[in-house]
Amino acid sequence: MAELTLKNVEKKASTMSLRRKPRWGETIIQALLFFSGFFSIFTTLGIVYELGKEALLFFQMPEVNFLSTLTTTEWKPHIGKFGIWPLLNATLMTTLIAMAIAIPLGMAVAIYLSEYAKPRVRLTLKPILEVLAGIPTIVYGYFALTFMTPLLREIFGKDVVQIYNTGSAGLVMGILILPLITSMTEDALSAVPRSLREAAYGVGGTKLEVALQIVVPAALSGIAAAIIVGLSRAIGETMIVAVAAGAGPNFTFSPFVGAETITGHIVRISGGDLSYDSIDYNSIFALGLFLFVVTLILNIISQAIVRRFREVYE
Amino acid sequence: MKEKAFVQGFDTNLEARHRKGLLWRVVFQASTIVGIVALIALMLNIINSAFGFVAYEAKVDPDTLTVDGTPIQDQSKEQLVARLQSTLSRGAYNKLDKDEPFAERSREEVYQLVIERIVRPQVVEVWNLWSSLTQADEIRAAVARDHPGAELEFVSWLTHDFVSRPQTSEPLTAGVRTAILGSLWTILFTILLAFPIGVGAAIYLEEYASDNWLNRIIQTNINNLAGVPSIVYGILGLAIFVRTLEPLTSGAVFGLVDPTTANGRTVLSAGLTLGLLVLPIIIINAQEAIRAVPHSLRNASYGVGATKWQTVWSHVLPNAMPGILTGTILAVSRAIGETAPLVVVGASTAISFDPNSPFSKFTTLPIQIYQWTSRPQDEFRSLAAASILVLLILLLSLNASAVLLRNRFARRF
Repeated sequence: MAELTLKNVEKKASTMSLRRKPRWGETIIQALLFFSGFFSIFTTLGIVYELGKEALLFFQMPEVNFLSTLTTTEWKPHIGKFGIWPLLNATLMTTLIAMAIAIPLGMAVAIYLSEYAKPRVRLTLKPILEVLAGIPTIVYGYFALTFMTPLLREIFGKDVVQIYNTGSAGLVMGILILPLITSMTEDALSAVPRSLREAAYGVGGTKLEVALQIVVPAALSGIAAAIIVGLSRAIGETMIVAVAAGAGPNFTFSPFVGAETITGHIVRISGGDLSYDSIDYNSIFALGLFLFVVTLILNIISQAIVRRFREVYE
Repeated sequence: MKEKAFVQGFDTNLEARHRKGLLWRVVFQASTIVGIVALIALMLNIINSAFGFVAYEAKVDPDTLTVDGTPIQDQSKEQLVARLQSTLSRGAYNKLDKDEPFAERSREEVYQLVIERIVRPQVVEVWNLWSSLTQADEIRAAVARDHPGAELEFVSWLTHDFVSRPQTSEPLTAGVRTAILGSLWTILFTILLAFPIGVGAAIYLEEYASDNWLNRIIQTNINNLAGVPSIVYGILGLAIFVRTLEPLTSGAVFGLVDPTTANGRTVLSAGLTLGLLVLPIIIINAQEAIRAVPHSLRNASYGVGATKWQTVWSHVLPNAMPGILTGTILAVSRAIGETAPLVVVGASTAISFDPNSPFSKFTTLPIQIYQWTSRPQDEFRSLAAASILVLLILLLSLNASAVLLRNRFARRF
């Protein structure tokens, strides 16, 4: 048995390397993890490359002219007319109606939940909002077609309101976006520190004045972000408009008439058996690229607002 | 004097301020109630269509099919097969036999076939639950007057049979088994793609990544991808999985030659497309769960000489797992409800055969709802309502299990 002398210990220590051992297992695992992290970059590149490539093919087709696509108001693929305005106009109309419902209602519900509601009420209402947010959009589409449209026809008359119309799709889309805006706004309002409210009460503010003049301005960046995210969601929303807004591009400003949105058009065109390299096939990529760019810009703006204008409290 | 005037003015002003406060309080509460009413209307509207009276007429009176005094519902399988053989054209009979040999079908299936192909009950009219309850007598009178041969029955469109029957074009015998199985198959591949890569990416970003430009780009990119409309993922899936990777997704590289699925519009393509769609959601949720694991745990592990991966594998992941699983379940329930990307990828419009491999043609529950909703007839609306109930029950139980998981395993540090 080796004696535990100073000499032995020294000898042992001199043979022990204190240099870092290469651990291949660790390196491989780290490489795999990095690949997983990088994978999402491939998704984005894939979207940009595939959509960009086919969109370019679309604009190279003899029937298509980039300028007239942006300026004309007829989208009729079978006779070679590709003006984006009927589709874009329908998208903007449904989005506008949806936001007109969702912003005021969403803000009011968020202010109520954050400033007025008792904790018990809040604890029951928040899960209900989450349930609303978790319902698939096709269910909302069914709701628009079988409830909202008959309701509108009852109110405004069957001669005025068509079976498929952008109004009912927009209204139901507002209900769809409501929980999203409410929940993001409520988070922003709750993040405003209590001390601000107490100070405002201290100088004699009423509950409403504190909520609207102190808390809402302090949370404005979060609220703006919520609205922009809601907007981007509305523009990209598909199934409600595919079911309820009508098939066939239609350049109209009446909410009671059927009109096809960008997303609705993509779904209808690709629902049949689409042959590759046809003009229809390429057109959905151009439209998809347009949607991607618009929503991307909106998302970047919302993130920038949050970063730039966020009030940081201790 | 001046002071008194000020106080007086303050007093009157105060009343107005309080009135205003009360008014707005009512507005806020009313808005909340409007939201709740919308949810209730949504639910009632679905339930209203999923139950109610239905009047139907049989093309062939079942009584005429009685053999030797045995009514059709009591006949043996052989008698039923013989009936099919003698009534249907030879081509139709052979096609049925080719789809699935009669020897292998159960008596129940053959009986369903007889009802479907020979008796052929056709819906004449359907009523929703509300009018069925309030105007039952009027409905009975109307059916007796307008359709003397029709049977009137109060049905629940959502039944055990509805869930277990395959899809058919006849509303009375249609079911959602094909669609449910299609959804499950699709989700399987979604999870297989998105869960490992999503958790790996979250570990990388939270534990390994240093704060440099590349990692910041990765993080920003993930946040942006979470906001991309789902239909764009559908177009991406169409271009990459269906078209470019067609040999793989149609199973051709595995020597599978089935002309019906050779175009790559398969369960596999659909699952991978949805996988890309939910990947950012899974990453963001998993990151939050990993971030919630306190640093003291990691430091203790390093202190006893563990390597980075040993620390992550044995300490960080087990503690973050409930959060990661909760986030994954929520992402999966999002994927189950997605319709638009699958329409673009190419869901089949009518298949009555269950998917049995990654390379099968597919339809899913939301696609089925979409197709039935798009039909103008009321009976298909009722079918859509019943399948919405199936979908919502499925999603509700998934969400409930996520909440349970969170409450059961959540640790406070």
